[in-house]
Amino acid sequence: MRLHLDQSQVARARELAAVAGQPVVEMTRAHTTVSIERAVLRMAGLEGADAEGIPWVNRLADCVAEQVGLDHGVARPVWDALAAQRRAGIGGDDPLLTLAQRAAGGSVDFRLPEGRAAVSATTAAIRAARAGVRRVDKQRVARERLLTRYPVDHKPWIYLIVATGDIHEDVPQAQAAAREGADIIAVIRSTGQSLLDVVPEGATREGYAGTYATQENFRIMRRALDDVSKELGRYVRLTNYASGLCMPEIATMAGLERLDMMLNDSMYGILFRDINPIRTFTDQHFSRQVHARAGIIINTGEDNYLTTADAVDAAHTVTVSQLLNEYFAKQAGLEDWQLGLGHAFEINPEIPDSFRMELAHAMLARELFPEAPLKWMPPTKHMTGDIFRGYLLDGFFNLAGLLTGQQILLVGMMTEAVVTPWLSDRDLALQNVRYVMNAAAGLAEDFQPAPDGLIATRANDVLGEAVDLLVRIADDGLLPAIADGTFGLMKRPADRGKGLDGVVRRAEDYLNPVSVVLEEVPA
Amino acid sequence: MSSVIRPYGDATGDGMVQVSFTLPIPHDKRAEGAAAQLARKMGIDPALVVHARAMGPDFTFFVVYGPVNHLVELDKVEVIERDFPLLTPKEVNTRIKKGLRRPLVVVGACIGSDAHTVGIDAILNIKGFAGEKGLEYYSSLEVHNLGAQVSVPELVDAAGKVKADAVLVSQVVTQRDAHLYNTKEMTAAFREAFPRERRPVIVVGGPRFDVSMADELGVDRIFGKGTTPGEVASYLVNRLVRQG
Repeated sequence: MRLHLDQSQVARARELAAVAGQPVVEMTRAHTTVSIERAVLRMAGLEGADAEGIPWVNRLADCVAEQVGLDHGVARPVWDALAAQRRAGIGGDDPLLTLAQRAAGGSVDFRLPEGRAAVSATTAAIRAARAGVRRVDKQRVARERLLTRYPVDHKPWIYLIVATGDIHEDVPQAQAAAREGADIIAVIRSTGQSLLDVVPEGATREGYAGTYATQENFRIMRRALDDVSKELGRYVRLTNYASGLCMPEIATMAGLERLDMMLNDSMYGILFRDINPIRTFTDQHFSRQVHARAGIIINTGEDNYLTTADAVDAAHTVTVSQLLNEYFAKQAGLEDWQLGLGHAFEINPEIPDSFRMELAHAMLARELFPEAPLKWMPPTKHMTGDIFRGYLLDGFFNLAGLLTGQQILLVGMMTEAVVTPWLSDRDLALQNVRYVMNAAAGLAEDFQPAPDGLIATRANDVLGEAVDLLVRIADDGLLPAIADGTFGLMKRPADRGKGLDGVVRRAEDYLNPVSVVLEEVPA
Repeated sequence: MSSVIRPYGDATGDGMVQVSFTLPIPHDKRAEGAAAQLARKMGIDPALVVHARAMGPDFTFFVVYGPVNHLVELDKVEVIERDFPLLTPKEVNTRIKKGLRRPLVVVGACIGSDAHTVGIDAILNIKGFAGEKGLEYYSSLEVHNLGAQVSVPELVDAAGKVKADAVLVSQVVTQRDAHLYNTKEMTAAFREAFPRERRPVIVVGGPRFDVSMADELGVDRIFGKGTTPGEVASYLVNRLVRQG
């Protein structure tokens, strides 16, 4: 099933995305953020929080920022202080934790080491980062081993959401969902976590419309899904969110605790959470480097544009965003199989030919990104509370996804916009998916859109509009385009937004030992 | 028209309804009997259990049809009227454009030590809440979200600078009635800083507020748990825009 897109337009679209994206990548390489620096400490193994629940990574990074600034990175001042601590005979089993505790108590003087001290601090920091990255590597190997033992040999992968707010309640729900057929469990995050400049600690039992992403919660859920994978003989993937102000730290935690997929969009936080653009792009580049190494599949968030703007008028903004997400992802080392580029079934069902246009958009994405496991999001905007009509719409959504080879299928619930899914809603939704898969799995073989038909024409038109928009973005620059409200109707200037005060321009001799390790050419 | 009616299936007065539900028992004869019993207790008699399906070993899903023996007495229907009409975003924009001829300026914040911007963000961020877009989405609203831990003087100052028509304050996590104390402190500060006719409309929201305490706290309106952006926008239009 092919659209026969104008290949010169396809090539041009990619070139333009690179022209638009390249200055942004360069900008991220000139900056660091508080969360990236905390991620370095997390990768080096610093965990836990003080009596007030403030993580030690925040305490330590804040002390360094206060005394010597973050423009050189936390690494040299911290590992220089660790050497001093060791010389003083302090430290015990976990010298980094001891240092954080002492620093929080005001008894550590940080400095920017020079000469030989700088060299040895650099070496020690890189050694610590390498140990952390090795833990990430081990988790990746473990995933590959489990996937061999408990293979998932069907497509699409069925993606179900759990969101109780209480990790201990999430566990049985997630296991039940896996037994009902989920290949992927996503634990929705508590509303508002994206705007916290701190990652909560420990197992949490109280969230708002979701459960906090914490390292301990990751561990608990991974263990539970490993158990159920063994029981079912099918590896169940775990998903969370590397987004918001702590994106780099959460990406690091995800690598360390073997999450399999992370929501990680290049512009979502800017547009929908009013997070500063420089902060977002800088955090994102680092977090994607970690995801690349961890073998994690990212899910991008283009579906969100269609919930704010009209799904027909704004179809090309999805394509543009997918191309930009692809460019940024490749720059961070992600491979095609790791790009769960997003899109959604959100055209108003009252519009004539709405299903044909949905097929056109879905096929366009499939053909532009033939090796990417696209993420197909169900209707939400036109789910009205009429559950019977919603069930039919979900059936058409499933059919479009199956016909166009979408690999990650977020299962639509007929009670969308009514209640959080009941047990029976999930069961009915999965019956819907299974019916469509069973009835029409091979349909794509018989189906070829007419070369001049509505579907092929629509797809080429959307691609053309995407190219036009990319020309404008490449001319004006991506940051000004975002400031002007090009995406999702939101205007987000680069000098505003949340988290800007956590952005630091790198000094000449900036050191990020994790990036150093991640960017090493493999021997 | 008769003031007493019954549900309508395919004939007047047949009283037919359909319900679906799940019982936490395995699917067998007894389960179907249990479903019929529940339906009878709901007033559906005779109850036709037309569909039963096991969902895993411990649950069964049912669809039941039958006539319900209750009557609806139309003259006893009570409708609690919202004291302002609910408007769509389009209607909000049109009303403001026509009635105000400039954007309506909204300043939002979490005050005191509360760092939980969940509430204010659900109402203001374009992402919104419960399937509705936040106030930032409305082209006729100029939204300034000050974020968390904003002090009362900062809030009063910001409201004055941007000439706010309305101030939205969220209080989510509170201890020992801190939300009440904070709110009173804030309204006092606004009364002091603005002449009566120029004071912005003050709206507070949060799960711990009693929505009937507006007068006591000196605010214009309190919104409780589950309030959507559309309700807030509709209220602001109703309160601040001349009807025309």
